[in-house]
Amino acid sequence: MALTNDEVLAGLAELVNDETGISVENVQLEKSFTDDLDIDSISMMTIVVNAEEKFDVKIPDDEVKNLKTVGDAVTFITNAQS
Amino acid sequence: MTTLHIPATRPGSRILSVGAARGDLNVVNDDLVGPIDSSDEWIRQRTGIVSRKRASADVTLLDLCLTAANEAIARSGIEPSQIGAVLLSTISHHVATPSLASLIADRIGATPAAAYDISAACAGYAYGIAQADALVRAGTSEYVLVIGAEKLSEVVDPTDRSISFLLGDGAGAVIVGPSDTPGISKSIWGSDGSKWDTIRMTSPYTDIASGAPWPTLRQDGQTVFRWAVWEMAKVAKRALEEAGVTADDLAAFIPHQANMRIVDEFAKQLKLPDTVAIARDIETTGNTSAASIPLATHRLLEEHPELSGGLALQIGFGAGLVYGAQVVVLP
Repeated sequence: MALTNDEVLAGLAELVNDETGISVENVQLEKSFTDDLDIDSISMMTIVVNAEEKFDVKIPDDEVKNLKTVGDAVTFITNAQS
Repeated sequence: MTTLHIPATRPGSRILSVGAARGDLNVVNDDLVGPIDSSDEWIRQRTGIVSRKRASADVTLLDLCLTAANEAIARSGIEPSQIGAVLLSTISHHVATPSLASLIADRIGATPAAAYDISAACAGYAYGIAQADALVRAGTSEYVLVIGAEKLSEVVDPTDRSISFLLGDGAGAVIVGPSDTPGISKSIWGSDGSKWDTIRMTSPYTDIASGAPWPTLRQDGQTVFRWAVWEMAKVAKRALEEAGVTADDLAAFIPHQANMRIVDEFAKQLKLPDTVAIARDIETTGNTSAASIPLATHRLLEEHPELSGGLALQIGFGAGLVYGAQVVVLP
């Protein structure tokens, strides 16, 4: 069954925490991965690959640059599930 | 019909010795940060590189090759005249023909050894080992000199933030010879030309005639990172399977020194036990493409001579995209 936005956000926050140590509470929809969370391109790709596995979705390389905020990623993953 | 005669095959081959040459200049991050509006911390965090070795203008690719080759020959205990083939992996040779390998063969006293250059970028050394293993086991050559060498400082753009600041200069060389037991496992190698432009030159050399600037290297870092870790982890696991060993059997893991973050994530994906020594030569040598695996091997053996005789998983991957992996017995 497809996960809700909140469930995807919670799962994504865990992945961000695993990779960077940023607290899950800090991973909020409006936060920019680079500007607010200071996540570099290599960590971002690690999170993307782990998200593919966790949510059973495909996130193409070309799409990664469009995932500027946590909300962008949550929306993409939620839509990709259905 | 007459049956052709072929030589008796050999049960195995192994690496007998390693030689190394690094650029004579120690280039620290602070020397490079100005034109890319960066910092020592930014480079260390993203690449793990503290400094890289680059060669002076008067130190040629041939010089680096000869230094590494002569050390490998001296340590192997064979005479140069016993070398049946010289394989040089490089993208830094200045002319399309003749090969640099034939000149190296002559300079080291190995003429009339077969000699040719390999163009497989950062997988070039692993490609060379695959071929040397096959040549020795097939009985075509008794001893093969494999060199990975680059002078990448000639294809860097100081303003490029994608790859230039990673690159270094050096050469690593090994002698591969016969063995009563296999010392080099079946090579897992391949290519994916659908990602041909992921790591690329900015323009062909032929464009220089019409006014284009000197070509330099570029890469799509995120795409390369994903491929280098997760796709190459599958290749590395296949190499272990084909060799009939597990990560627990390894003494060392010697991946191409592309970026420390790749090395670290790669090791994580392979679930290597703490007992496996992981090559991290990139920290002070930089990314030297085809030279990086033999250079890292040389350093590991210098710092940890007890690894000699142990098994190492080595894997090269890079522009093409191309890759090659095998398990070897360390000399």
